[in-house]
Amino acid sequence: MEIMIAALVLGAMGIVFGLVLTATSKIFAVPSDPRRDAVRDILPGANCGGCGYPGCDGCADAIASGKAPVDACPVCSAEVKAKIAEIMGQETPDASNRKIARVLCQGDCESAKQKFEYQGIQDCNAACTVGEGYKSCKFACLGLGTCVKVCPFDAIHINPETKLPVVDEEKCAACGKCVAACPKHVLELASVKNEVALLCRNTDKLKAVMDVCKTGCIGCQKCAKACKFEAITMVNNLPVIDYEKCRGCRMCAEACPTGAITALKPRQVAEIDQSGCIGCTICAKNCKFGAIEGSLKHPHKVNAACTGCGVCASKCPKKVITMKEATEPRDPKAAVEAAPVKPAEAPKA
Amino acid sequence: MFGKKMFPGGVHPREGVNGKAVNSGNPIRELPAPKRVIIPLSQHIGAPAAALVKKGDTVLMGQKIGEPCGFVSAAVHASVSGKVVSIENVLVASGASVPAVVIENDFQDSWCALSPSDHPETLTAAELQEIIREAGIVGLGGATFPTSVKLTAPEGKSFEMLIINGAECEPYLTADHRLMLEKAADIVDGIHLIMLALDIPKAIIGVENNKKDAIAVLKAAAESVEGVTVCALPVMYPQGGEKQLIYATTRRKVPTGGLPVDVGCVVCNVGTIYAVQQAIREGKPLIQRVVTMGGLVNNPGNFMFRIGTTVESLIEACGGLSPDVVKLISGGPMMGAALPDAAVPMTKGTSGILALGKEAAEMPESPCINCGRCVKACPMRLVPTKLDLLVRGGNYEDAEKCGVLNCMECGACTFACPAKRLLTQSCRTGKRIINANKKAAAQKAAAEATKE
Repeated sequence: MEIMIAALVLGAMGIVFGLVLTATSKIFAVPSDPRRDAVRDILPGANCGGCGYPGCDGCADAIASGKAPVDACPVCSAEVKAKIAEIMGQETPDASNRKIARVLCQGDCESAKQKFEYQGIQDCNAACTVGEGYKSCKFACLGLGTCVKVCPFDAIHINPETKLPVVDEEKCAACGKCVAACPKHVLELASVKNEVALLCRNTDKLKAVMDVCKTGCIGCQKCAKACKFEAITMVNNLPVIDYEKCRGCRMCAEACPTGAITALKPRQVAEIDQSGCIGCTICAKNCKFGAIEGSLKHPHKVNAACTGCGVCASKCPKKVITMKEATEPRDPKAAVEAAPVKPAEAPKA
Repeated sequence: MFGKKMFPGGVHPREGVNGKAVNSGNPIRELPAPKRVIIPLSQHIGAPAAALVKKGDTVLMGQKIGEPCGFVSAAVHASVSGKVVSIENVLVASGASVPAVVIENDFQDSWCALSPSDHPETLTAAELQEIIREAGIVGLGGATFPTSVKLTAPEGKSFEMLIINGAECEPYLTADHRLMLEKAADIVDGIHLIMLALDIPKAIIGVENNKKDAIAVLKAAAESVEGVTVCALPVMYPQGGEKQLIYATTRRKVPTGGLPVDVGCVVCNVGTIYAVQQAIREGKPLIQRVVTMGGLVNNPGNFMFRIGTTVESLIEACGGLSPDVVKLISGGPMMGAALPDAAVPMTKGTSGILALGKEAAEMPESPCINCGRCVKACPMRLVPTKLDLLVRGGNYEDAEKCGVLNCMECGACTFACPAKRLLTQSCRTGKRIINANKKAAAQKAAAEATKE
């Protein structure tokens, strides 16, 4: 009998508390954006802080309130980003333009001279306290892996042969921790789309650079002169590439005597679909490299001088020019003179 | 008596076979001027001097070739007469590359017109500072802080006491010891002139007890000057540290982050005092100093060298190195830095060149065993083992809270560590990063302020 009393009392208390709690939760409910909760649910939940907000909750708040873009989370995959975009009712962001960390030094053990042998603490910051680093070039990457230690995504490693860091483009989430940690400032965040990049930060000129490194930028301006799209300007003895203007023709990388400007991707070349080409000569007129041959009203052909800049493809009214990966090296000698528009008519008449 | 003159912590490094005992008996010899001197324009803390000469110019000995840029800066003078061959970036002892004037010696040693002070006893403070600034004198103990700046009391503060550092606590080094023995009268004269000009009533010369002969000579010389006393200090490293020396001689404690002037003191090295005396009495700028060549060399000794002489020429004068040498150190074994090359020039801050063997050069680190010897050794009362962990772990905020900025990089912790941990190097790294971060934050704040 006594046990029944206890059960009843406890049961009654439970019902009362339950009712009170339900009532308070309804009365004092904090209105929350359902999208915020939905976003929070699909974020990774690791609270890494790579987005710059205090954990995933902070990031979800920022995305839901429109303060951060839908792809603010640097870690989550493209699918998750697409889902977040769907929740927010926005278009899926273009993942091909995401940023990655890039190492701006190619001065490996062979090409960069060493001033002395460094025996101290194996850390770039510590090495910098001894004569600004052990490499002769004061801008050079010291390769002791301070960036590797700070990377939360295991995306950066030191190549044991070159003693320089290599970024894993797939894993890199562009969180910027390595960029902030590098005492030599040889890391930067750059678009993964860039076709060419200047991998040197030495602002000295000519002999001063050649004395310390074989792959340094000597400030010769050959790249700026070689660029047909006016995308390169010289600032502080270093070329600055305007990626809005850059078409990825790689002429700068070809002109560079030391390889400081480097092509990051394999060359593309144009291909004209012979059946669709009407011989309008627009492609040939627009080609800056003399890489398109053919006469008016006859299908045109791309020769070995094509640099893959893609101007023809964007100008073709019939959209029959496609870009594909080059199989053979470029031959600048194959270039033809400006497109022979008028003479082509002669034989016909 | 012994306990009274002690600062907390410290270590007692043993002197090497060719260390103090051998070299302290070697009188200062004149190192022959080399064919070519390389005179860096930045031999001091602060802004580098601006070159006053150009390639092809003929210069006289003592002629000013670098003008100080800014308040914390020092002039640079030609140490030989001859022709300027080039002005180029050269590698210096620190491993950095700095602009330097290279002069081809004509071996005439023709001095430029010297202008000794005509009223040395009645100089005003401003006149004294100007003479020192023009003579390019910097702290010759090794820190190379411009002396004219040091002897300028900040507004609202005054110097009550001049403390002269003759402790020379680094093992091997005997340059100051020999200078005190051979130039005691000049040093005391220099002290007297500074006291008169800056109106300082009292001066104490602190000398470690292992230099009894120098103490005796200085005492004899100081008898004639009122207010100058010689204080024998117990042998303990780093007795020559600024704050340690002030505590040992006056029992005053310089506050954390403060300067000696906060307790009314100013500390100068004996070499600096000698240079100041030469500048006032003879009008001679700082173009030479004493260096000790020690360690594994055939004929170690103390040398008066012209600024800009290369380490190679010094080694040559000492009869070459023993084949066992694997490392050359500029400065003492505790605080000195390994030389990147023997072709680097010796500068105003070069107090010693040491040739060390394998056991001194190759010391692999092993893990910390938490024995606490570094804590006991630290004269600044820091906990080096904790600072090491914090700095290596990248936790600079906590390292700053634990006082890493107070570290004076004396090397006592690293010396005391049985695991050979690079504690001092770690603290140095932490200091560098924290200071760089502060500077960046200040710049950012300034940029934002101008924006608004």
